[in-house]
Amino acid sequence: MIEVKNLKKTFGEGDKRITVLEDFNAHMEKGQITSIIGGSGSGKSTVLKHLIGAYRPDFGEIWIDGEEVTQLKGEAISSVRKKFGIMFQSGALFNSLTVEDNVALPMREHTSLNEGTILIMVKMKLEMVGLRGAEHLKPAQLSGGMVKRIALARAIALDPKIVFYDEPSAGLDPISIGVIDKLIIDLSKKMGITSVVVTHEIPSAMRISDKIIMLFKGKIIAEGTPEEIRNSADPRVIQFIEGSPDGPIPFSKSQTDYGEELKEMSRV
Amino acid sequence: MVRSFFGFIGRRGFEFTGVFENFFKEISGLYYLTRATLYCTFLEPLRGKPNKWKPVWTQMEEVGVKSTTIVFLVSFLIGVILAFQSAHQLSRLGALDFVGALVGVAILRELGPLMTALVMSGRVGAAFTAELGTMKVSDEVLALEIMALNPVKFLITPRFLALLIMLPCLTIMADLMGILGGFLIGTTTLGIDPVTYINNSLDAMVIKDVVTGLIKSVVFAVIIVMVGSYMAFIIEGGAEMVGQNTRTAVVVSMILVIIADLVFTSLFFFVT
Ligand SMILES: Nc1ncnc2c1ncn2[C@@H]1O[C@H](COP(=O)(O)OP(=O)(O)O)[C@@H](O)[C@H]1O
Ligand SMILES: [Mg+2]
Repeated sequence: MIEVKNLKKTFGEGDKRITVLEDFNAHMEKGQITSIIGGSGSGKSTVLKHLIGAYRPDFGEIWIDGEEVTQLKGEAISSVRKKFGIMFQSGALFNSLTVEDNVALPMREHTSLNEGTILIMVKMKLEMVGLRGAEHLKPAQLSGGMVKRIALARAIALDPKIVFYDEPSAGLDPISIGVIDKLIIDLSKKMGITSVVVTHEIPSAMRISDKIIMLFKGKIIAEGTPEEIRNSADPRVIQFIEGSPDGPIPFSKSQTDYGEELKEMSRV
Repeated sequence: MVRSFFGFIGRRGFEFTGVFENFFKEISGLYYLTRATLYCTFLEPLRGKPNKWKPVWTQMEEVGVKSTTIVFLVSFLIGVILAFQSAHQLSRLGALDFVGALVGVAILRELGPLMTALVMSGRVGAAFTAELGTMKVSDEVLALEIMALNPVKFLITPRFLALLIMLPCLTIMADLMGILGGFLIGTTTLGIDPVTYINNSLDAMVIKDVVTGLIKSVVFAVIIVMVGSYMAFIIEGGAEMVGQNTRTAVVVSMILVIIADLVFTSLFFFVT
């Protein structure tokens, strides 16, 4: 369904150029849940932004549903985007619209259904995420977990083939995480939706994924089923899964050697 | 020493070109956004994607109806001040009766459109940048794009149409209020005969003054909306940029309004 080949992305110019993503290859199969995990700053969101066409890669190809999308423009990119839905980390609901209008928006703009039909469909989508009855609330009146569920209802409004999730469980309580996990599984298993989940919640990724891709500093360091990841011998993977502060992944984010930097400072 | 001097010059030169480069980047960005807005607002409806009027109504109420109080107040007071100021000078020439003419012409040609636009830069331009900027940082703008909806058509067009309609309306009302302010002071405190005041005013004011004022106000509307929206759309990253860019938007649109006013005034001066 989605095929990513040799993706590379750098930010900045000249000597400030940093490579955020390198040699990224992935295959996300139809109807399956693929999770991309990694620490913060490892490049997860950057991968997602490439998949939805918000960034253009320096190098590499992305095939979605048999179409190379990195060079598309205008109308062509719009027609690809209609195939997928996305649930943003912050929800990104429109604050000036009610829940009902938020979910109805893609249908009103992209279909010629009449208003009655649209309202029935909105109700169905809200029922799927367990929030029927919240139609007339504004996003500001919703809790964090509800915002994400409404965002999911909006993402699936046009019955997409693919749904992207950016940190679906970040900042939620364990029960809400469980609810979101169940929704993701239901959607992909019952409706055959291809799901790509970007997350740093290891337990949740282990529960829901068919396949896990682990990123570290912009490179894939492990790939496989949750079982394979759990049994990995790579010390970086083990450290990340166990969440221990000591290990090959350094606690300090700085690039230069501490002693060198102090010597450099005393010289001035 | 010499080397460091040239290093300094070199760096200065570099910074200088950097400033220019940035300036032209912003100008061209503003130009492209304006072009996209004009396209979405006026050409797309002709190609079968009609504008929705409901958001335009909402914005018209937001930017127009809710601004009437402050616009009325400011222009009324400007009329009063202008009457007082000119009375002193004119009475020395023995032409006190012409206060009405001076106030009327100054308001219609210049102060009505300009003051309204400046007030609206502060009130509406700032609101646009703050609103749209918040949407930008909370990924709502990206969400629109991902839903294959054009953020320009969706967010800027209603605000653009609303201000394009409301700013000239507000300007006409500001003209009336300013003239009223001058009239009240002229006929009471200054003791000018009302009939003389009105006759002199009507003799001096011509319809062309109103029209040039309105042409200007249309241009001011474009400036306010485009600067406000542009400053919002270039925000990357966090919420602190929203505050910064809101301030920049107000400053830049005020300056551009005054520059545009100068251009038009000199144009009308030489052409007509
Ligand atoms: N627009 C950008 N400009 C410059 N650097 C960026 C940009 N977006 C992301 N980065 C950098 O790329 C790295 C990866 O970021 P991101 O993909 O957001 O990581 P994650 O989502 O895994 O936390 C970070 O070091 C970040 O600073
Ligand atoms: Mg991220």
